[in-house]
Amino acid sequence: MIRLERVTKLYKTSTRPALDRVSMEVGKGEFVFLIGPSGSGKSTFLRLLLREDVPTKGSIYVSDMNVTKLPRRRVPKLRQRIGCVFQDFRLLPSKTVGENVAFALEVIGKSRNTVSKVVPEVLDLVGLTGKANRMPHELSGGEQQRVAIARAFVNRPQVLLADEPTGNLDPDTSQDIMLLLERINRTGTTVLMATHDHSIVDSMRRRVVELDLGLVVRDDARGVYGVGR
Amino acid sequence: MRADFVTREVLTGLRRNVTMTIAMVLTTAISLGLVGTGLLAVRTIDRTEQLYSDRFEVQVTLTADISETDLDCSQPICTDLRNTLERSPLVESVRFQSQQEAYEHFQELFAGQALADVARPQSLPATLRVRLADQQAGADAVRQAMDGQVGVRNVIDQREVVSKLFDMIGNFRDVTFALAVVQAIAALLLISNTVQVSAFTRRTEVGVMRLVGATRWYTQLPFLIEAVVTGVVGALIAVAGLLAGKYLFIDQLLSGIVANGVVPPVELADIVWVAPILVMIGGGIAAVTGYATLRMYVRL
Repeated sequence: MIRLERVTKLYKTSTRPALDRVSMEVGKGEFVFLIGPSGSGKSTFLRLLLREDVPTKGSIYVSDMNVTKLPRRRVPKLRQRIGCVFQDFRLLPSKTVGENVAFALEVIGKSRNTVSKVVPEVLDLVGLTGKANRMPHELSGGEQQRVAIARAFVNRPQVLLADEPTGNLDPDTSQDIMLLLERINRTGTTVLMATHDHSIVDSMRRRVVELDLGLVVRDDARGVYGVGR
Repeated sequence: MRADFVTREVLTGLRRNVTMTIAMVLTTAISLGLVGTGLLAVRTIDRTEQLYSDRFEVQVTLTADISETDLDCSQPICTDLRNTLERSPLVESVRFQSQQEAYEHFQELFAGQALADVARPQSLPATLRVRLADQQAGADAVRQAMDGQVGVRNVIDQREVVSKLFDMIGNFRDVTFALAVVQAIAALLLISNTVQVSAFTRRTEVGVMRLVGATRWYTQLPFLIEAVVTGVVGALIAVAGLLAGKYLFIDQLLSGIVANGVVPPVELADIVWVAPILVMIGGGIAAVTGYATLRMYVRL
């Protein structure tokens, strides 16, 4: 589903590569934690997958698309296959919960019928039944993140990228969010989650890829965050 | 492409920057109003030329002795001149106006004025009045053929008399176009600025759109349409301004000379002719500016 071949990313402002000859493969339906300290290259990794940036060297494949060689006009097609969730939710404050989720479909030209059918379904899936007309500021942090996940998932992407989705949430709420991500994973969606959260990684026992200074230093099939790190 | 979605985005965008939008509409309106005025001036110049071209004659005035002795252009000098003129392919017709006829015409023109009483037939020359077939080259050809010939006093091209009027309208046109250009630059910068502000205030939306895979068209179209809408509204206000200008000022200002047939009136049809041009310029320039701005300054 995702394949990186000796991917190196150099930024002009730094002599040390943000990613250094990273090769890895993530299969369809896998759940992968991407861990590492700040500056280890996690964000660069996600940005490259989304084609927000292009690698200096190496190739990236997402499903059957060569991300590195993708012409500009095909980038939207790539992004439609990848859902994205962030630490800061990035909801539109002037739109209701339902509108926020619908927005993701409207802007890629889905019909009104599809939107009105799919939005309630996905809100049910994330546990926000009956909250379609609430405004984001009326919701708790956990609920807001559910809206963000609903928005990322509503177009049924093949891959879900989550960049520290629990970074702003308390442990119990984080646990709920993880259950939700697991549920989404069980539908066959590949989930790639960058995180600092020890307890979550340790409790889930999923594949763990650790980055440090741009290098992959560990890739465990059923890993933990790492004691004493 | 979902029309209702784009419409909603455009309306939100225009509402959110309402002061900026108004400034943009007004600047565009003034600029296009000036362009429109300039175009109307051009049209008036063309009309005036048409109006006069039928009546333009080149007058070959004859010397005093010929004027007095040859009353119907039957003597050799006058007939020679006449034949020379009539043989030229650039000349349509030649009419002889005797001293007496000139005098009668003069009396008509200045009826009731002191000048009419003073004039005597002998003080006016007989003329060969030449209608030209070729308005462009004809006058010079006649002048060349007639200047210095025996019996010819001088050659008067009536167009030279009216050329002052053309110069005046022409200058007016140039000034309005110059002002229009200055205003247009202001309008362009405002449009560009507004598009940038608009894109900035909606950066969260645009960020989400990019992220979920909206095409470039989908992300940019609302901004472009916003710019085009203001451009077109500006053009419509400009047209309204031209109409108001016609009925409130121009019609009264020109009523005297229009009635005398000196200049043609500014017709409603002229403004109707100008209106779509202004709308196209307004919408087109706004679209191009908006697109260029999005390309250059805004990362979508």
